[in-house]
Amino acid sequence: MSAQEDRWVSSFSFLLFCAVSIPMLGSASLLQELSPHEYFSGLQASKASLAYFSHTGMYSIACIYMSLGFQGRLMSDCVKCPKEDVSRYCGKENALRKAYLFRGNVLIREFPTDALFDVNSIVANVLFALLFNEVKYVETLMDLQNIENALKGKSNMVFAYVPATGTAEHRAVMEVAFVYGTVHQFVLTTEATLLKDTGKEPDVSSAQLLFCHCQQATDLAQPCRRTPLEQDLTVLNIHRHLKLMGAPLVTEVAEDPEKVSTVHLQLGLPLVFILSQKETYEADRRTAEFLAWKLLGKAGVGVPIKYLVLEDTEEVITLLEDKSKVKQIQENEDEDEEDEDEKENDNQGVVEAVSRDKKRELPLDQILTLTEETFHSAMLEAAQTVVLFYASWEAVSLAVLQSYTEVADHLKGTQGILLSRVNCWDWPGVCTMENVTQFPTIKIYKKGEQPITYNGMLGTEELTSFIVLSQVSCPLKLATIDEAERYLRGELPSELSSYHHSLVLGVFSTATSKGEFGWIFFRSHKYAVSPPALLLARSSSQSVEGIALSKQTAQDIVQMIRYELLDLFPEITVQNLPHYLQLRKPFLILFSDGDIGQTESKEMLKLAKEKSQQTFVSCWLNLKNTPVGRGVLKAYFATIPSLPALVWVNLHAGGQVFKFPSEQSITEMNVLSWLEKLKAGLEIPSSKWMKNLQSPSVRNCFSLGNFQHFYRQESMRKPNLSLSLFLP
Amino acid sequence: MARGLFLRLVLSALCAAGAAAFLYHDYCVLGAGPAGLQAAYFLQRAGRDYVVFERSHAPGSFFAIYPRHRKLISINKRHTGKSNSEFNLRHDWNSLLSHEPRLLFRRYSRQFFPHADAMVRYLEDFAAILGLRVRYDTAIVHVTLEKEPRAWNGHYFVLSDQNRQSYKCSCLLVATGTWVPNVVNFPGSEYVEGYETVSTNPEDFAGQTVLILGRGNSAFETAENILGVTNFIHMVSRSRVRLSWATHYVGDLRAINNGLLDTYQLKSLDGLLEGDLEDLAIVKDKKGKLHITLRFYLENKNISAGIDGITLPQDELDNFATRAPYDRVIRCLGWKFDFSIYNRSLRMMPGRGNKSKYPQIKPNYESRGTRGLFVLGTASHSVDFRKSAGGFIHGFRYTTRAVHRLLENRHHGVPWPSAVYPITQLTNSIIRRVNEASGLYQMFSVLADIILLRENATAFEYLEEYPVGILAELETQTGRKAPAGLFVVVMEYGRNFSGDDKDVFYYNRAVGEAQHAWQSNFLHPVIYYYKRLPTEREMRLHPPDWPLPRPDAIHHIVEDFLTDWTAPNAHILPLRRFLENCLSTDLRNFFAESCFLFALTRQKLPPFCQQGYARLQGLIGNERLRRHAVEAGLLEDYAVMDFSDDKLPDSRQGSQDQLLRDHVIPLRPLHHFVNAKDEF
Repeated sequence: MSAQEDRWVSSFSFLLFCAVSIPMLGSASLLQELSPHEYFSGLQASKASLAYFSHTGMYSIACIYMSLGFQGRLMSDCVKCPKEDVSRYCGKENALRKAYLFRGNVLIREFPTDALFDVNSIVANVLFALLFNEVKYVETLMDLQNIENALKGKSNMVFAYVPATGTAEHRAVMEVAFVYGTVHQFVLTTEATLLKDTGKEPDVSSAQLLFCHCQQATDLAQPCRRTPLEQDLTVLNIHRHLKLMGAPLVTEVAEDPEKVSTVHLQLGLPLVFILSQKETYEADRRTAEFLAWKLLGKAGVGVPIKYLVLEDTEEVITLLEDKSKVKQIQENEDEDEEDEDEKENDNQGVVEAVSRDKKRELPLDQILTLTEETFHSAMLEAAQTVVLFYASWEAVSLAVLQSYTEVADHLKGTQGILLSRVNCWDWPGVCTMENVTQFPTIKIYKKGEQPITYNGMLGTEELTSFIVLSQVSCPLKLATIDEAERYLRGELPSELSSYHHSLVLGVFSTATSKGEFGWIFFRSHKYAVSPPALLLARSSSQSVEGIALSKQTAQDIVQMIRYELLDLFPEITVQNLPHYLQLRKPFLILFSDGDIGQTESKEMLKLAKEKSQQTFVSCWLNLKNTPVGRGVLKAYFATIPSLPALVWVNLHAGGQVFKFPSEQSITEMNVLSWLEKLKAGLEIPSSKWMKNLQSPSVRNCFSLGNFQHFYRQESMRKPNLSLSLFLP
Repeated sequence: MARGLFLRLVLSALCAAGAAAFLYHDYCVLGAGPAGLQAAYFLQRAGRDYVVFERSHAPGSFFAIYPRHRKLISINKRHTGKSNSEFNLRHDWNSLLSHEPRLLFRRYSRQFFPHADAMVRYLEDFAAILGLRVRYDTAIVHVTLEKEPRAWNGHYFVLSDQNRQSYKCSCLLVATGTWVPNVVNFPGSEYVEGYETVSTNPEDFAGQTVLILGRGNSAFETAENILGVTNFIHMVSRSRVRLSWATHYVGDLRAINNGLLDTYQLKSLDGLLEGDLEDLAIVKDKKGKLHITLRFYLENKNISAGIDGITLPQDELDNFATRAPYDRVIRCLGWKFDFSIYNRSLRMMPGRGNKSKYPQIKPNYESRGTRGLFVLGTASHSVDFRKSAGGFIHGFRYTTRAVHRLLENRHHGVPWPSAVYPITQLTNSIIRRVNEASGLYQMFSVLADIILLRENATAFEYLEEYPVGILAELETQTGRKAPAGLFVVVMEYGRNFSGDDKDVFYYNRAVGEAQHAWQSNFLHPVIYYYKRLPTEREMRLHPPDWPLPRPDAIHHIVEDFLTDWTAPNAHILPLRRFLENCLSTDLRNFFAESCFLFALTRQKLPPFCQQGYARLQGLIGNERLRRHAVEAGLLEDYAVMDFSDDKLPDSRQGSQDQLLRDHVIPLRPLHHFVNAKDEF
């Protein structure tokens, strides 16, 4: 085996050499220029040598390949014939078109140089000539059967079909034969008819290789068992195949399966273990052999230790085949594997990100660490104490703790706000007392009030503005028109003037004359509402909208405000998408790299105002602000289309994606007519990304008893919303 | 509740009729030892009508006498490096459960093995500070049943004390412990001194040769005390010595008492012998020395003839081991339950085999003979004898709580306490409990946390420390429903690791990698998954050495040297994958950005996004973490992506690699191995 291995190694290194040196063809210094005399006197008795003769010194490609390709293993020379030389090789004109293969001084074969067109053909043909005995060439079925019968009980046969000689496959077979020629009998054919015997519908255009297990065959009438090589014919694949065929069919092991190593595992193939016990050993052994034959070349079979529960051998085969299928798909990076990806991609998300940061010490000095003993006294210290309840081993907690330190940085020096934290892993008692059931939980404690639990986005900005807004009493009571006006302009309360937020002003009547005056002002002035009513000032625009209230419940009012606060044509971001998702409508998204153009913006807004709010959400996405949008586009279209791109996404029904034709300009008319066509089913979806429909659950999260309570709830949910009551 | 009230009305009416002068309580507790007081505490907190009877004038009368040498072998670990009070109870074997931080045992003793007087003081304070209703100096001498169809259990328990005062109860909680000394009768046993009365002054043993009968902690404790002053000590018992470090059972011989093993094996004259005490006989010679002989030799002999007429073993076998005469023979054979006070109608039967010192009870701690009679404390140890800690304070404080919760459900309609969480908290809930829960840790393989899944696996209900033996009856015993499968979280030692003949120090006794978790030997969490509640039949037929029937899936969290199971890769990740496999859902946590992508490209969001992001509670994560996530290939860095390049960017490639690497982690094969191993 080791001698064989050596041969193998040398042949392999030779191949590598070829690959490396071909680009250096231009350098003629590699060539030895010899005279015929020098050439023949240099031939060694046992060595093979290939020669090409030329008068001019203009060598054919074949000559150059030859000299490159066979260095070290086979002498190959380009011989320059002296002008006067009329010997056998230099004399005749047509002899010069041939290459000659010598072993010692004996000419073995002459090749027409047009048969030696590239490295593959040279190697294949030369080896074919040299390995005359090791590789039998057959043309008829009869010849094949004769060889097969002669081999039975003696040795195994490797039968290869190549569509033509001199090809890469042919070369691969010859290369392997060079190594294994003494172990197995190689048989080569170019006749496709011989393949019919192999059982399967032969694919005559591609080379094939079968391993025939003739050594174990005893019945002369039966053909030997055959195991086809199911991959391409390359040296590596064939070598691997032969190695596997050489391994024992079933291996018996008595140790821990985890410790077993066979050639299969070394080659990266699965290994099937059948656990057996003494009583059923014979039967199990038969099962194992049956399975082994079925899986030959695909997996190994071992019979270890004691046990076996095997219902059906087919299951094992299917299991392995399915596995290899999955692998292939992954290797091909097939587009259709999104689903597969979802299951298999088992990265750890937040956990991984946090654990990569574990070495860094967080700057926690801005945050007070509370314990079971200090918790209650700390609540009395500041007007407002924010407490982060977390578990030090939990990834999400640690991610939030990072944001929390940033919040602390932002709020450094703010009067009346104390940021603190309780590690529930150290102090479970406090956390139970404070009714903390999930990690992380953020609560705000104000003196004399019930603590508020934060349930907005867990990000630095959102949390900061929530903490700042919650400083102001909620609802804020305004008594004069001036106050109300200033409030709507965002100037009151002054603590908030630097934070962008939407404002809601509730206008309610009290039965005083002053109140009457107030109403008149509101009615006559600009808002045209009569009490009770709400006034909304959006952070994004300057306008103030008035909404009349009738007899809605607190819950209805919450719904209404949330609905009203949604923009007509918003820029969709990671932070605000959930608001729009809750409308459960299709999305018309304009993807743009940077701000959208004036005209597009205007057209889209028109479209949105028209009627769309009833049936779909129109929005745009700035890839500069929301880079993950690229990921969305790639999921839809595999590549990123030219931007801006208008896309219709029906998230809730069917999951279809349509792309507005890029050659059309985005105008209200064009888009509307496109949408009409969409509805009529005249457009073909650009992609459909989910097969089975499953709607995400949307909860109604409000159950409010009174209006004040509603204020608090709403302010919690929308960190940048400030609420106030106007009670003139 | 209403029912209880009604009954009390009926009873008061009966009282008024003046049939007999008795006092009625819903619950009667016998014994104001640790278990009785623990039960009283829970009854008091629940506002139940109860009374505790104690024959002595103070609680913990057993500890006032025993152990004779006054050193408790229950550890009092005052420092663990952790402030988690629940976790610290794992290493506090003496405290009872209460809400009162003053009542932690470490405030009563600084010693690692505390003095027994500290326990007496502790129990006195426990009863006093919590204001438990105990009737001292009341010895219940007789218990009988009175049939009454309207009573909770179809009968009342009628108790009589030493003054013929009668008490009537609906439910009887027996926490009398085991206090009747075991004695053996053989010819000459009158020369044997009992552990209860033997001198504890080592000087009394100076220059004496001593034989000790028994091989428990009391025998070794006695030996330890006199080891330095005797000529030599021999110790005889039927079975070989069981070392608690090898059996992992705290009732076996503890290292603190095993000095005699040392002197025996180091040829210092002391020795251990195995022999059946029933075959023994002792004869006294004229000098007062005690000789060991066999009962067999004494048959048909007149003992009064004196020692000369009696055959001694060494007469026939001149190298008989215990041929040397002894100055003293001490009996240290432990205690048994006092069966004498129960009327035959209660059918209080001793257990079988080595459990004969305990009454027969069911896995819910209810007597096999009488409904409504529960056995608590040491006397209830037959449930987990030689396995877990149910016979000791640090074990039965939890089983007592479990019994209380069962009773609350049975008689007062208060279901077993539970909390409902969204499914995203599943991994966290389990990790939190296996890291801090003391009941699971102390009562390993006996008490289990139960996770009841709601339909569609969107939420789950968490029940703590339920007795696994009655898993099949979970719905009736707890008042909770198990509609969609359940997880059972227990802690276990490795199979075949514990035993009196096992070498527990062999090389490679501990495994470190998650894939070998199933081979863990030291106490580690194990999670069983059942698609439906096991039936009673399945419970009965569970494999030997298993606490539970065969599950649909099982997961071992790999043993940890620090018993800290919070490592992200070794502990949490494999657990999460196991849960995901069982539930076919994705339990990972995602940043809001990933959720955004999913929301626009998938119809079904992972639960974390669905319950967080979609409800406006997404996790934004700061820039730094985002960068880590990108480096790890978890988030694509779209910001730097050149979008003219249609090929996969490198980060994507990275995530693919990540994917393949992850794919390789052999979780399923591992399960396969576990199953294959356990199946036979």
